[in-house]
Amino acid sequence: MRLSVHDLACRRGGLPVLAGVSFTVEAGEALVLRGPNGVGKTTLLRTLAGLQPAAAGRVEVPEDSIAYAGHADGLKAALSVRANLAFWAAAYGTRDIAPALAAFDLERLLDRPAADLSAGQKRRLGLARMTVTGRPVWIFDEPTVSLDTANTRLFAEMVARHLAGGGLALMATHIDLGIAAQVLDLTPFRDTGTGGPEAGAGDAFLDGSF
Amino acid sequence: MGALLTRDLALAVKAGGGFGLSLAFFLIVVTLVPFGVGPETGRLAEIAPGILWVGALLACLLSLDRLFQLDWEDGSLDLLAVSPLPMEGVVATKALAHWITTGLPLTLAAPVLGLLLNLPGPGYLWLLVSLALGTPALSMIGAFGAALTVGLKRGGLLLSLLVLPLYVPTLIFGAEVVRRAIDGQAFATPLAMLAGLTLATLALLPFAAAAAIRINLR
Repeated sequence: MRLSVHDLACRRGGLPVLAGVSFTVEAGEALVLRGPNGVGKTTLLRTLAGLQPAAAGRVEVPEDSIAYAGHADGLKAALSVRANLAFWAAAYGTRDIAPALAAFDLERLLDRPAADLSAGQKRRLGLARMTVTGRPVWIFDEPTVSLDTANTRLFAEMVARHLAGGGLALMATHIDLGIAAQVLDLTPFRDTGTGGPEAGAGDAFLDGSF
Repeated sequence: MGALLTRDLALAVKAGGGFGLSLAFFLIVVTLVPFGVGPETGRLAEIAPGILWVGALLACLLSLDRLFQLDWEDGSLDLLAVSPLPMEGVVATKALAHWITTGLPLTLAAPVLGLLLNLPGPGYLWLLVSLALGTPALSMIGAFGAALTVGLKRGGLLLSLLVLPLYVPTLIFGAEVVRRAIDGQAFATPLAMLAGLTLATLALLPFAAAAAIRINLR
């Protein structure tokens, strides 16, 4: 199991954001993406997850191996914690939600509707969902938003267990989780629209495409 | 797929899910008509098939904008797109859930509302049959419209403008079946056209809708 990215270019809203991104993540390794707001971390992660096509370059990863957790947790407010997790477990063809509950200490909240959870509890549920996917490549976009210190540690432990089990993890985060990980700063890969990567200039997010 | 269907049905019947809203709307539209055109039974009976079909069509439209919008807003649509479920299957399943919570109740309620409009005797059975055959197409076409407008703020109105013209063939053949049945004419042709339209819709539109969603998620 390995994820390798060759000379990848990404667009957001039709505008080039990143170009020339290359890296390889092997089984058991984690990659942390860094860079200022708007540099294209989310765009890169969505491209890797297959939610948008790459503008150029290629991503090599075994088929159906990626699980994605974005900014939104994908929870149904009217459903209980159990029902939310059970749905995703069924969607991924795994039935056991117990490890996911244990990973984030969610057992006590099992029958509470997601609408009544705090922001941090929702995030915990959203992250615990990754465990029920049973997929080897985990992609997180700002996973620690609204998590307290204790739960950030639980998250780090969950990822560490996943890596120890031969999984891969990619995440955009500004927090040091204490996991041994490669760090990739995306700033040098910024695409100013002139066809190649140029450091420091231009920002697709300021050009009025939104 | 089964899990998605169960989830959508559970969400529809829970508080705020909107189940029953379309049915109540249908009831109100149909009861308003006699107030508008006058209570003469002859005239009402004449327009009853059309009114019932138009009412069912508008009621169907009512809950369409929620079909993908809610999943898009809370991020589930992204997660569904990454999940092993094919997007075509997701679209078809959601359209099926929409039909079970909207089209099916409308179909079952229509004969009762036919009484209010003094629908002639032979019309009841074929009203039921034509709606049962036609409403799946309404849900599927609606799902396509909802897929096109997902992610747009206030996309509901645009959705209606997109979807209503596409409902026209179903409406024509659906109402025609009932009208001809009442008049004692042969109605096999409109019935076959109606069934054919529904089958074509069910066969083709999941792919179109899935493509539209993939583009809208970018």
